[in-house]
Amino acid sequence: MSTLTGTPARQRRTPRAGRGSQGSRGEQAAGYAFVSPFFVVFAIFGLFPLLFTFWVSLHDWSLLGGHTWSGLDNYRKLLDDDHFWNALVNTLGIFVLATVPQLLMSLVLAQLLNQKLRARTLWRMGVLLPNITSIAAVGIIFTLLFARDFGLVNWLLGQVGVDPVAWQQHRWSSWLAISTMVDWRWTGYNALIFLAALQAVPRELYEAAEIDGASPAKQFRHITVPMLRPTIVFVSLVSTIGGIQLFTEPLLFNSGANAITGGTTRQFQTLTMYVYEQAFTGQAFGYAASVAWVMFAVIAVIGLVNALLIRRLRGVA
Amino acid sequence: MTAQLERVEPVLAVRRPRARRVGRRRGRLISPAVVVLTLVTALSAFPLYFMLVMASRPNSDITSVPPPLTPGGELFHNIDRVLSNPDITFGKAVVNTLLVSGVATFSVVLFSSLAGFAFAKLRFVGRQPLLGFVLLTMMVPIQLGLIPLYMLMSKLHLSGTLPAVTLPFLVSGFGVFLMRQFVVQALPDELLEAARLDGASILQTFWYVVMPVLRPAAAVLALLTFMERWNDFLWPYLVLDLDHPTVQVALSRLAGGYYTDQALVMAGTLLGVLPLLVVFILFGRQIVGGIMEGGIKS
Repeated sequence: MSTLTGTPARQRRTPRAGRGSQGSRGEQAAGYAFVSPFFVVFAIFGLFPLLFTFWVSLHDWSLLGGHTWSGLDNYRKLLDDDHFWNALVNTLGIFVLATVPQLLMSLVLAQLLNQKLRARTLWRMGVLLPNITSIAAVGIIFTLLFARDFGLVNWLLGQVGVDPVAWQQHRWSSWLAISTMVDWRWTGYNALIFLAALQAVPRELYEAAEIDGASPAKQFRHITVPMLRPTIVFVSLVSTIGGIQLFTEPLLFNSGANAITGGTTRQFQTLTMYVYEQAFTGQAFGYAASVAWVMFAVIAVIGLVNALLIRRLRGVA
Repeated sequence: MTAQLERVEPVLAVRRPRARRVGRRRGRLISPAVVVLTLVTALSAFPLYFMLVMASRPNSDITSVPPPLTPGGELFHNIDRVLSNPDITFGKAVVNTLLVSGVATFSVVLFSSLAGFAFAKLRFVGRQPLLGFVLLTMMVPIQLGLIPLYMLMSKLHLSGTLPAVTLPFLVSGFGVFLMRQFVVQALPDELLEAARLDGASILQTFWYVVMPVLRPAAAVLALLTFMERWNDFLWPYLVLDLDHPTVQVALSRLAGGYYTDQALVMAGTLLGVLPLLVVFILFGRQIVGGIMEGGIKS
């Protein structure tokens, strides 16, 4: 968190400042030529589709080419669309259920990984292992683990006297199962991000605390969390962006022809699934685009709040 | 923790400057950290182990209660069934995925190196704002643009085909950022100055001076990019047709309810995960390093 990205380069440049702060014409041209592939490809396949989504959302639009201007009609329709609100609630619910414990667990894990350990790389690989497993594989494996009649989870619950749960059937249980998949895949990854930040925290702080007799829990509460605050905000932001776009896990959790509806009563249909359903099974491109644009707006607002938070934290530090 | 047992507690006066060696846990055999980490690693590995167990059992075992927890003898039989299944065309999916991931990886590494070098060392008007824009693209949820992207691919007559899942991923903001950080850290200005004095053009300098220095970072970026492409799901699932599956799309079809044969599904999943597992075991240190390096961006 230490580096504002611009600074090191600027420092390095100072010795050459005698030649003027900008390069020769050749250096300028090379600069633009070298960065242009990134910007060209991103403009075509990243930025244009994103912005054009808004344009599409102002129309009645079908894939076969026909589209008519409809202004804000799609957005008006959204307000009365129960399925949209349902998907929004599901998405936020699963997001909170997954992210809060995940951040806590990965912080604790990071502090553990920051101890003096032998075979450090092996431990780090151990916690990262789930992250190299594809989301599709995660969805498939966990759906089997959560199977109602013969799944391992229900069998384990049975050992302690809990009746088998039909995980797909209820809202709470499907959310819990999907959150488990998300957390399994991402907790270790985030722990490594926190670990990277933690290594910049002076060890003396922990040693002083230890000499003063502070327990590991106290050290966590009073050193780790405050020192890592900017990273915590950053990881929350990335998790939010990912969480709001959740798609694959709930899709594969509900195999069958109607997987895209997220259960018989849409109990775990997320926003991205709803976009997909509207656009590619309902052919309502304009309407789907308005849902996508609302998601973008939500993410943009959250991103802005996060950026302000980080700036304020930096100011305090 | 024998290493700590050997470490005799130094006299207090000496301890201050070498404060790294506070030996509080002296005498305890296994630290609580190791216990918890062992548990976490076991939880990390278990679902994959479970997959292996199920992939090595006859399908009739899958529904048995309690669920089997030891591998059976049907692994190669099940794998064979996946590979010979005409609906799944798994071999084709692997080739497709290798192609798509390979091209994207090559392109991302090349263009990220170029841009990373330019952002770190070349002086041109608007460099800082452009770099800020690159950082912003890492935050932008690209997948929300998938409706126009789909239209675009239809217009270009690429829907259903492999270029449709390759083109959007030829560049990466994360890659540009990673390479820029590495150039700033690892490439001294003197080296560039020497190349300039020898009369090398900027392109020559990039190829013969910069790229060799960048090789370790390029390798890390290649690994991360390849894994991300290999595992990508939503866009390929949406845009590819039945004739052009990637591994993940093939898996979702396999698991999509048309087969109740879970042993087959698990064997396919194992095959889909295996290549990355091998990469991970071989290059785990670099992958961990790359993720931690990228994480300091905040």
